[in-house]
Amino acid sequence: MKKSVFLGALTVAGLTAGAAAAATLDDVKARGKLNCGVTTGLVGFAAPDANGNWEGFDVGVCRAVAAAVLGDPTAVEFVPTTGKTRFTALASGEIDMLARNTTWTFSRDVDLKFEFTGINYYDGQGFMVPKALGVSSAKELDGATVCIQTGTTTELNLADFFRVNNISYEPVPIETNAEAQPLYLEGACDVYTTDASGLAATRAAFENPGDHVILPEIISKEPLGPLVRHGDNEWGDVVRWTLNALIAAEELGVTSANIDELSKGTNNPEINRMLGTAGTLGEMLGLDADWAMRAIKAGGNYGELFEKHIGENTPIGLARGLNAQWTDGGLMYSPPFR
Amino acid sequence: MATYSDPPAETFRLSQLINDTRYRSYTFQIVALIALFALFGYLLSNLLQNLAEAGLNISFGFLGEPAGYDINQTLIDYNSQATHLRASIVGVLNTLLVAILGCILATIIGVIVGVLRLSPNWLIRKIMSVYVEIFRNVPVLIWILIIYFVMTAVMPSARSYLGEDPDINLFLGMFAFTNRGVYIPAPMFEPAGWVVLGIFIASVVGVFLYRRYATKLLYDTGKLLPMGWPSLAILIVPTLLAFFALGQPITLDLPDPLANRFNLQGGMTILGSFVALWLALSIYTAAFIAENVRAGILAISKGQAEAAASLGLRPRRIMNLVILPQALRVIIPPVISQYLNLTKNSSLAIAVGYMDLTGTLGGITLNQTGRAIECVLLLMLFYLTISLTISAVMNAYNNAVKLKER
Repeated sequence: MKKSVFLGALTVAGLTAGAAAAATLDDVKARGKLNCGVTTGLVGFAAPDANGNWEGFDVGVCRAVAAAVLGDPTAVEFVPTTGKTRFTALASGEIDMLARNTTWTFSRDVDLKFEFTGINYYDGQGFMVPKALGVSSAKELDGATVCIQTGTTTELNLADFFRVNNISYEPVPIETNAEAQPLYLEGACDVYTTDASGLAATRAAFENPGDHVILPEIISKEPLGPLVRHGDNEWGDVVRWTLNALIAAEELGVTSANIDELSKGTNNPEINRMLGTAGTLGEMLGLDADWAMRAIKAGGNYGELFEKHIGENTPIGLARGLNAQWTDGGLMYSPPFR
Repeated sequence: MATYSDPPAETFRLSQLINDTRYRSYTFQIVALIALFALFGYLLSNLLQNLAEAGLNISFGFLGEPAGYDINQTLIDYNSQATHLRASIVGVLNTLLVAILGCILATIIGVIVGVLRLSPNWLIRKIMSVYVEIFRNVPVLIWILIIYFVMTAVMPSARSYLGEDPDINLFLGMFAFTNRGVYIPAPMFEPAGWVVLGIFIASVVGVFLYRRYATKLLYDTGKLLPMGWPSLAILIVPTLLAFFALGQPITLDLPDPLANRFNLQGGMTILGSFVALWLALSIYTAAFIAENVRAGILAISKGQAEAAASLGLRPRRIMNLVILPQALRVIIPPVISQYLNLTKNSSLAIAVGYMDLTGTLGGITLNQTGRAIECVLLLMLFYLTISLTISAVMNAYNNAVKLKER
């Protein structure tokens, strides 16, 4: 009896032992590969294509970091994680960073000891229902059966929303997005709820996307972003500024098409500092001068990644909305490269 | 004449600890014990040190905080504002529900299949072997998923029952079988209804007492009382009389297809995930129990059956009165471990979204609070307690039925 308790403790000790290793940047360089946690498959954000190569918006962030640190955007080991396993995977050191549409919350940042390095998608929780039900507002969902991904903030938002509006529902907890789809399509639940971007991605994978509507209510703020372990600030800086470089690149008009030309030197000092033709920003990060150039070249700047994977011309068809640059009325705003 | 001197006084030398066979084994056991403690001590200090370095501490305070999530099957009052502790208790009850019902069904199926595997009928025997081999050799998680997804795909949607002119009418006006679960009427008790329930329970006890009295009378005097109809009468008549005399205090709350456009409302819902989990665990474990039963029966010497037959007993009575009672002492010990397996396997419930303890405490609570070590320790403690309890109860039963040597 005592033994099994201790063996469990042993496992946990093994897990936490990894967390104590601080210098992730050195580890990644020595390993020559970035271990990046992603979803088990959400089209547009992170999913393997027909050839088994991971593709998507979150994957783009992983590749940019790998390009910045290792010089090779393909030197990434993608580790699929579920809503339940992701934090353990990160805390244990199994992955170096997590880019898995994870909501930045106080308790995850402070209590779970993680470090969110920015926001790559401003999202909110929405509802999808079959058109045939004729529902036009989430407040009409009294008595509905709702499929939710378990182990996410959506469960808590959902409980709060229905309680505040004084209507009832029956939750059907689901482990992954892939399991939720057949249940929803076969009518085992009336409503599927997750982040609105996830709903759009899921609906895009349906045979008849037009038969389903996403209700207008967005019931929560879900700022999604990559995160790393708390306490390794050097590594956190690398991931944070790689993401900022992608965002700043869009603002400054640096794209994967013109970056070769711009990296020879421009008369915009901020571009020069970012791309390493002036100043020593890369060195301060513990990288070389071309780090940001490689990150942007890996998949394009923030806007290019967005348009390629989840933008309006993709099956997912998300508008920029809050995720436009601040200069276009959105919230994307990178601190200056200085 | 030889003189005997006292044997040399036993002086203990340190080398004896290794060289003297009387002490050697103690030496090694003590060394091994110390090594074991040192290992565990190292692991524990490692854990505590790493936790401290990561700035984490072990605390169970989170159990008192509001859980914030809803649960689809709650045997006690629960809402999202209740504490994590209460959510865990809901999970415990859900685990116990599926484990107990699973053990009962698995035993019934297992005994029937085990007996039929020894049937002289070739077809039945072979069908039962196929059942045992198929269910025993495919992981139970796969069975849970297969049953759940087949049920979801095959059963009609709850929406087909809804509306003024539904696609499917309620079975007998009160049952609906949907891919979300089975909707059944729920009994609604007025205060007097509990009296009727009490009388019914008393009647059940009465039936047992009557049968015991009849058996005793048979053994003492050889007088045979009728068993069938008096039992039935004792069971039904007083309850019915009370029911009508008190003015039908128990009503049925029927599932209502007109309440809204999503679901049948009212009545009682047996969730599809529960049914899938229950069936899968039962038929999977039943395959193992069937083998235990077969082994138990084969362990009884053939002469017993032949002797019983020569006394003129019919095959069913031979099985019930001669073979099974003796076989039980071979069957029960391995069946205990099957019960334990079933209970522990019920932690796969989350695969189909059934909120057992692993789903609440070990799933959502763990995730929302991030208290992995505490939650896992509590989970281990629970499963350990429940397994030891099942063992204790079954061992007590085993002692009651085993061969008494006087």
